[in-house]
Amino acid sequence: MPSLPDVATPDVVTLAERAAAAQSHDPHVADVALKPAFFDWLCRMGDNSLILGHRISEWCGHGPVLEEDIALANTALDLIGHTQMWLGLAAEVEGAGRSADDLAFLRDAMKFRNLKLVELPNGDMAVTLMREFLFDAFHFELLTALTKSSSPRVAEIAAKALKEVSYHLERSSDLVVRLGDGTEESHTRMQAALNKVWGYTGEMFAADAVDAAVAEAGIAPALSDLLPLWQRTVGEVLDEATLSQPEQRFDAHSGGKKGRHTEHLGYILAEMQFLQRAYPGASW
Amino acid sequence: MYAQMVKSEGMKSPEEMTPEERAFQERVDRGEKIEPKEWMPEGYRKTLIRQMGQHAHSEIVGQLPEGNWITRAPTLERKAILLAKVQDEAGHGLYLYSAAETLGVSRDELMEKLHSGAMKYSSIFNYPTLTWADMGAVGWLVDGAAIMNQVPLQRTSYGPYSRAMIRICKEESFHQRQGYAIMMKMAQGTPEQKEMAQDALNRFWYPSLMMFGPSDKDSVHSAQSMAWKIKMNTNDELRQKFVDETVPQATYLGLTVPDETLTWNEERGHYDFAEPDWDEFFEVIKGNGPCNEERLGARREAWDKGAWFRDGLTAYAEKAAARRAASNVAAE
Ligand SMILES: [Fe+2]
Ligand SMILES: [Fe+2]
Ligand SMILES: [Fe+2]
Repeated sequence: MPSLPDVATPDVVTLAERAAAAQSHDPHVADVALKPAFFDWLCRMGDNSLILGHRISEWCGHGPVLEEDIALANTALDLIGHTQMWLGLAAEVEGAGRSADDLAFLRDAMKFRNLKLVELPNGDMAVTLMREFLFDAFHFELLTALTKSSSPRVAEIAAKALKEVSYHLERSSDLVVRLGDGTEESHTRMQAALNKVWGYTGEMFAADAVDAAVAEAGIAPALSDLLPLWQRTVGEVLDEATLSQPEQRFDAHSGGKKGRHTEHLGYILAEMQFLQRAYPGASW
Repeated sequence: MYAQMVKSEGMKSPEEMTPEERAFQERVDRGEKIEPKEWMPEGYRKTLIRQMGQHAHSEIVGQLPEGNWITRAPTLERKAILLAKVQDEAGHGLYLYSAAETLGVSRDELMEKLHSGAMKYSSIFNYPTLTWADMGAVGWLVDGAAIMNQVPLQRTSYGPYSRAMIRICKEESFHQRQGYAIMMKMAQGTPEQKEMAQDALNRFWYPSLMMFGPSDKDSVHSAQSMAWKIKMNTNDELRQKFVDETVPQATYLGLTVPDETLTWNEERGHYDFAEPDWDEFFEVIKGNGPCNEERLGARREAWDKGAWFRDGLTAYAEKAAARRAASNVAAE
């Protein structure tokens, strides 16, 4: 091999084997009765990260200021990292020989389990930030609870992701405050953004049979427990930002968790899955 | 290179120099680093601002051709690696703008010059990225060519520039390796993937050679920059080094460099190779390359559409400072 060092060193394989051996034993992973709900729930976790990460990554190189460009790319990168972990575990639980990449790149929209909130178009930075903040505030509480999951594998992933998501929330809430209480224009844009995405936030807390099953197994918290925590954070930040909570229902739009999406998701997937669809079986 | 055709001030002989200039040149000759607060010739400062500014602009405009494929990356791992790489490039821009600021020019001033067209960025980023193999070719060839120039610049005479280069070079070798890894997968992949890989090499080979700029062995500007150690090698030296290192890498991939005249010259110990089309290069520099309008347009649009965002943050900072001052007064 000429001068350029080889990337595919055999160490990688050894490292991966060692990492696999070090993974905690988790009885939930092989629990047949729990499998359909656990798999679905893991897809929800992975798909939220994947689709939000995709949206945020669309900003790359187009941010309003260099520091913001870096922070947005970094957030997207964290979310893609979480996707690899959640969908990796989902694939393992499913046990059908699919990989995290198969789940990301070869499922169609009706099999995606993300919230409608995260697939909404970026709009301006106000919409992007407000959407992220409202999700971050939920994501943070959810991951915090998941670090105490009865599933050691879930708890491990949550602990890793929580470190990064704590920072996401810190950053997005800080920016919401600054821009809400900035100029008249930035205030108006932030309020308009809040009004636009508000009706999509209730879906985060709408529990169904899947949520009930994983809560029952002690894997995940009851979503209703997270709601007051989220409301407190959101209330405080919006107050400080001099923004007012919209009067419309916060649960006007839902269905994403069950695979009923907005029209936008199809286009996201068309773009994201293009290479895997155009060249089936190729390795990249 | 990332800084192409940077004009330097005219070269002076030791007898023409003032005592200050002579003392400065002696420090540079001894390999001492020049630090921001220290005396330096005006020409040195101006040339450095042009060069570092152009380099910084190249890093941030350079996000665009690769950013073009982030949402279409074929696997989660490739997506993560590409995001990390493009994020690094933005970070390089930030180090370089900060280093340039130590010379008394603000980032906003430099940005304005980029947007008005008064300052350039590397010609290479005016070429389109058409297939996934281009992510391989850009990392392998473009970051590879950048490394050729940036490794020696770690020893440049200006302290902040040299330190920025040391940080940047650490990341650039990862960039080149991830690009080569993509190329390897493609070149060993399906016939379609191999075709994309060869096509990417065909399109990026000559633009990569152009990155080093036209021959400057007789240029007075380059001679002055080299005496000041803000340019460490001639363009031809770096281009030759790049070709010598890259050709065996292409062979290893099983790809063909699109140059029929390419031959190993036993006597020189180097490859003989064809010059790129310098007319094309000058057209691209003038703004007539395939993507100049898109690239500069995207940067201007990001800046203009981001004005309310930047203004909002500034207004908040002012209000917060006023509130702090008021509460201090109240406390007294
Ligand atoms: Fe760079
Ligand atoms: Fe670069
Ligand atoms: Fe790079």
